[in-house]
Amino acid sequence: MTLPNETSASVQTSGAAGVDAGTRSLQKRLAWRSTLQAIGMLPVLIILGIAFELMSGRFMSVQNISIVAQQASINIVLAAGMTFVILTGGIDLSVGSILAAAAMVAILGSQIPEWGMLGIPAALLMGLALGFINGALIAFVRLPPFIVTLGSLTAVRGFARLLGNDTTQFNPQLPFAFIGNGYVFGVPWLVVIAFVVVLVSWFILRRTVLGVHIYAVGGNPDAARLTGIKVWAVLLFVYCASGLTSGLGGVMSAARLYAANGLQLGQSYELDAIAAVILGGTSFVGGIGSIWGTLIGALIIAVLSNGLILVGVSDIWQFIIKGLVIIGAVALDRYRLKGSART
Amino acid sequence: MTGSSPILEMSGISKTFPGVRALSDVSLNVYPGEIHALMGENGAGKSTLMKILSGAYQADGGGEIRIDGKPVAINGPLSALHHGIATIYQELSLAPNLSVAENMLLGREKRRGPIIDRGSMEEACRTVLKRLGVTFGSSTKVSELSMAERQLVEIARALIANARILIMDEPTTSLSSRETEALFALVRQLRTDGMAIIYISHRMAEVYELADRVSVLRDGTYVGTLEREEISADRLVRMMVGRDLSSFYKKNHDAKGSRGPVILSVRNMGDGQRVHDCSFDLHQGETLGIAGLVGAGRTELARLIYGADRRTIGDITLQGKPLSIRRPEDAIEAGVVYLTEDRKHLGLFLDMTVRENVNLNVLGRDARKGKILNLRAARERAAGAIKSLGIRVAGDIVPVGTLSGGNQQKVLLSRLLETRPRVLILDEPTRGVDIGAKSEIYRLIDELVRRGVGVIVISSELPEIVGICDRVLVMREGRIAGEVGGIGHPPISQENIVAIATGVKESAA
Repeated sequence: MTLPNETSASVQTSGAAGVDAGTRSLQKRLAWRSTLQAIGMLPVLIILGIAFELMSGRFMSVQNISIVAQQASINIVLAAGMTFVILTGGIDLSVGSILAAAAMVAILGSQIPEWGMLGIPAALLMGLALGFINGALIAFVRLPPFIVTLGSLTAVRGFARLLGNDTTQFNPQLPFAFIGNGYVFGVPWLVVIAFVVVLVSWFILRRTVLGVHIYAVGGNPDAARLTGIKVWAVLLFVYCASGLTSGLGGVMSAARLYAANGLQLGQSYELDAIAAVILGGTSFVGGIGSIWGTLIGALIIAVLSNGLILVGVSDIWQFIIKGLVIIGAVALDRYRLKGSART
Repeated sequence: MTGSSPILEMSGISKTFPGVRALSDVSLNVYPGEIHALMGENGAGKSTLMKILSGAYQADGGGEIRIDGKPVAINGPLSALHHGIATIYQELSLAPNLSVAENMLLGREKRRGPIIDRGSMEEACRTVLKRLGVTFGSSTKVSELSMAERQLVEIARALIANARILIMDEPTTSLSSRETEALFALVRQLRTDGMAIIYISHRMAEVYELADRVSVLRDGTYVGTLEREEISADRLVRMMVGRDLSSFYKKNHDAKGSRGPVILSVRNMGDGQRVHDCSFDLHQGETLGIAGLVGAGRTELARLIYGADRRTIGDITLQGKPLSIRRPEDAIEAGVVYLTEDRKHLGLFLDMTVRENVNLNVLGRDARKGKILNLRAARERAAGAIKSLGIRVAGDIVPVGTLSGGNQQKVLLSRLLETRPRVLILDEPTRGVDIGAKSEIYRLIDELVRRGVGVIVISSELPEIVGICDRVLVMREGRIAGEVGGIGHPPISQENIVAIATGVKESAA
């Protein structure tokens, strides 16, 4: 009655051989493709750098590169948090406002005599708390992320103004001013912080259980729940992470300026952060993307801003060119990776 | 059919995807007024061939498609429709937010100038719907219709476009047996009207009942065509897999010998809506089937046990200890796992790799310090699963979405098995899976049962239930209406199950 084992085995292997050749080349292509996707925008970054160097002759100097890196650092930190959020298929529009509130807390905290360094943890806590509120509304009340963070974009902005009595708060003796203006081994502190944030993000996303769960929730939320993943915990985490990085961005910003202003600080930072994530190849519906892509995306934005100034393009045209480059770069990426891409 | 010339002739059709030759030199002739079944394992090339015919793919050069003897070029879905070819896909392609009439004329709305002419649209639709004998109106929203009714809308859409060749891809997958009967009657009616119907199916019984001729594909090549009187299950299986499957359903465990004490008891389970007062016991080393019509509450009952949906009443005991399962993670923790019937939407993470999918449930158990991934364990588990379940894949970093249905199912199964479950609930474990993978899944179930796992199999395929289960519960309208196969119950047979499922016969549960 039973099938002779060899027959079934031989049939299977002969079948598999044909499939194998096909899938092996397929796998190679897929591996290549995912590498491309991770570093996809690197060529654009390099081309932009060369172009600005040719046009201005000053772009590639050590000093200018250091300036670009410093300018990129805050956006890199914000975009790292944003990467977590967008990987789950969400969005956080409130990062700029949270940054302003946190910066305000950092400056106010720094004014405490003897205990000025407390400004740093206070600002981080403020960011974390605001992110937690976003996350709780999304994970427990199940409101759409766009709506929740659109609301907090406005509400937290008002809160930031309230904190500083709607004035600019200064602290010329800022105890943690070195963060914004100091160097370690010749590298600006801002850049070191941004790089550490990227490394930590990479570690969480690629080397922890939580990271896999973030990708899973973004890729298929229904299946994630049925698999026993605590979807609410993942959502709460990513918005807390985004809040925390915004808080850190607030510290960096305050340290650089020795001041904070609730009304102006961090205005439209959320757009730059989102643009960096999308430029980096992260899918807008979640589940696909990498932190390295985000890093490259943020650098492209910084290089553009810096390069256009060096070349002497007017402020108005800078906006127009930046916007077009973002759209063009992503369009190019989609075209190149046709078939695998989805936004 | 006799004496007439073919309406459709496909010859020398080949299709190459990068790295894969999906079809090579396939020919197919179809006559007006015939139901022509197309069979083959998953990946044999049926869908590719039909997609070429319906304009979704372009064939490689060298082949020819003739309609009414005249060569035609089909270069898109609209051009296929223009040539009278309409396709009803497995996953229906209706817009649920629009009305029946709007769906039927989607893309070909009738207008008076720039303004949609709803009056004449409804008029045209009503005529067609009347011919199909449907009970819903043309202005009904599609979202309010059942799956079977939506299928009728698809057919109506083909009719209103004056299609003469109708391709149906597994049309009965989501239909109950009563709805299937109605569909068959309609398909036969269309044949009488002279339509040519290409009918893709995995189900032998349907092909028996409907087909005038059957063509078989294997590994992208044309194997042959059988006339009605030549059709037999043995012959078709041999043509499809290229070998005999004398013992297709594996049940090597001895029903009485391997059966141990009760492992899972469910008492008075209900959700107040679709499941009422369900009680049963599952023994160690037993395959317990749950049969019933679609909509009888089988999946809903399974989801209540697994904690995927909230139960309003009911108790679960596992090995004598009361269990409080409120969420899926509680069930997994206790050793009760559930294989979903909808693996693409509720089971797998298609963008993630085979390795990640296999490991997803045990990441926490393997992790160092409870949080940090153990990459080596993950690699080893994936390699082990690929080997022991015979998953056909080049490597474990391939996204699961690129695998065939059978291999996807094996990946999903291995994810559950990695948790070392004590109770396994399998919901349509062989849906959309080819014959080869099917028999491997049966063998796997048999092996698990012999090792003492309690297995519950929910299936709409009666031969499968009868073939692999030791005992079968039959559900009807959310209740367990009867049992077959157990001591003091009628023996397991398709007739007994159908009788209870349809309410012809009642049996004490």
